[in-house]
Amino acid sequence: MAADGTLFEKIWRRHVVADEGDGFALIHVDRQIVVDANGRAFPSLAERGLTVRNPELTFATADHLVPTDPAHPDRFARQSVPMQELRDGTARAGIRLFDIGEAGHGIVHVIAPEMGISQPGMTICVGDSHTCTNGALGALAWGVGQGEIVHILATQTTRQKKPGTMRIRLDGTLPPWATGKDLILYLIGQIGVGAGNGYAVEYAGSAIRALPMEGRFTVCNMSVEFGARYGMIAPDETTFAYLDGRPYAPKGEMWERAVADWRTLPSDDDARFDAERALDVAGLLPQVTWGNSLDAVLPLDGVVPDPDREPDAARRADMKGWLAYMDLVPGRPIEGTPVDQVFIGSCTNSRLSDLRAAAALVKGHKVAPGTRAWAVPGSVNVKRDAEAEGLDAIFRAAGFEWREPGCSMCVGMNGDTLKPGQRSVSTSNRSFAGRQGPGSRTHVASPLVAAASALAGAIADPRKLMS
Amino acid sequence: MDPLTRIEGPAAALLKANINTDIIAPAPRRGSGGDARSSAGIGAALFFAPWRFDAAGEEIPDFVLNRPPFREAKFLVAGDNFACGSSRESAVLYLKAWGLRAVIAPSFGQIFYDNCFRNGVLPLVFDQATVEALAAEAEGGAAFAADVAAGTLTTPGSRTLAFSLPAFRRQLLLTGTDEVTLTLREADRIAAWQEAARQARPWAYPAA
Ligand code: SF4
Repeated sequence: MAADGTLFEKIWRRHVVADEGDGFALIHVDRQIVVDANGRAFPSLAERGLTVRNPELTFATADHLVPTDPAHPDRFARQSVPMQELRDGTARAGIRLFDIGEAGHGIVHVIAPEMGISQPGMTICVGDSHTCTNGALGALAWGVGQGEIVHILATQTTRQKKPGTMRIRLDGTLPPWATGKDLILYLIGQIGVGAGNGYAVEYAGSAIRALPMEGRFTVCNMSVEFGARYGMIAPDETTFAYLDGRPYAPKGEMWERAVADWRTLPSDDDARFDAERALDVAGLLPQVTWGNSLDAVLPLDGVVPDPDREPDAARRADMKGWLAYMDLVPGRPIEGTPVDQVFIGSCTNSRLSDLRAAAALVKGHKVAPGTRAWAVPGSVNVKRDAEAEGLDAIFRAAGFEWREPGCSMCVGMNGDTLKPGQRSVSTSNRSFAGRQGPGSRTHVASPLVAAASALAGAIADPRKLMS
Repeated sequence: MDPLTRIEGPAAALLKANINTDIIAPAPRRGSGGDARSSAGIGAALFFAPWRFDAAGEEIPDFVLNRPPFREAKFLVAGDNFACGSSRESAVLYLKAWGLRAVIAPSFGQIFYDNCFRNGVLPLVFDQATVEALAAEAEGGAAFAADVAAGTLTTPGSRTLAFSLPAFRRQLLLTGTDEVTLTLREADRIAAWQEAARQARPWAYPAA
């Protein structure tokens, strides 16, 4: 029994600067990436007479607020106060900012791995709850609030309570239509949105091992949607192959040393976790959310559940609220529900493989009349690679809008929103009431389900289009 | 930050589980590239806006925070996993702008929980049954009181419940000290740690 033999414990232990008592430690932060929505961090640092301790360990990008409409009159956000504060703050401190339009720019959790900024064994903080995405590389990565960003800029550390450890084994062979997104949605549906609260979660099992790197990012991305601030996957050959040659990844002899170290990180065979869960995911069907909580999820062939059959009174009340908000009728198949908008994008599903999968499905077809469909690549590099393969042409020919990188309709802070009452199928990560604008109705699903739904103008099962 | 030593006032009960920060502090939307910063004025206006207002922008009279004694509430008694979801610090800032200074729940979204201490808001964890009992006591609108130094919560029915906080966090609240100030005292230890880490894992710490 070795409680100290988990991937989590190995990384945590390395980063303790001081024990603070009561289960807290002062932890070194190896990388922090500041985004436009945290732009105030630099002015408040300056107001307090503080300076950035380690600019070489700090990066910045713009994602939440940037326009994604290629024809936007202020596409480079020259008029934006938070953007200007970010530009000024990073320039003054000597921090590398990936500015709008340049290689390396994009959604923070897409670019940090893509540029090799995030690496196995590191501690990584961003002022955004989906920072757990980076844990897919075998890193300890978590979201922090605004005050914490300033603390990390000034001290390169953060005081954290050590979480418990949970291992989730997902075993079984996935069919071609079941993606990382379906895996994580199914998992949250099974264990509930609070199940990971207080834990650092490690995903394991044959279904995880078989996932390509980009699918692993999708899984770890949504850890926070069941309360886990940290989600991680042990680094393996898939991880190393992904990182090799990336701009900020170690090179030459350093690469060899790094990989030798990274091979020591996976949890020992006798590692003990505070909690364990296991699910069989063989033959998983495509999943879609129906309610304003991520555990309100159905397989594509499912019917909208009936709250009157729900034994738990609190859950029953929630379900009734979601049905009213989402304008759904119990007992009806979820498939065929008309949609106004399809959004393929966000830090959950805007990488090249996501766009490839969706493009393969829409190729030679047309988006249904009356439905608006967007493909929003996660970064400038993803966009460039997709265009080199002709994916933009496929999307455009099908009637999709091909947009500039950014968070876009995941959160709508840049003005990319639904109108009240409109319904979307989105590849983002939150189906909360009002997430895509006041009164918006969001169904979260994979890029395959989103693409199929765009063509049908209604929630649709991609299996029917896959030969 | 002002020291937080004592909180006294009515408690509003909102026992629904899994209330997310998109409800507590909906993202401001001001058109592309807009300014998403918050101020106290915006904070109080947006706090719980999706539940405080109907589609026409009118207040929903029976929502607890719109009802007289609870408009002035200092405590919020909330359900499990309160303030899960987005890391936005505005969830705490708006809550404070509204006038609340303590939140009591069986569990919290972790980022929100940490954000509370940095902004002079006291988050208290009690088990579900205790939280339900506190919610029942809150109904009449009489005052609760929390004493941060003593670690006690006194209810309108004069029950006293003990709570414990990590020592450094209690100290930060009581003195109003900023955590950065506390940590900068450790600058030598941080430097020593970084020096050792550069030796052990040079690939991870490029030279400045
Ligand atoms: S895409 Fe959505 S979830 Fe991801 S960082 Fe942007 S706003 Fe947050």
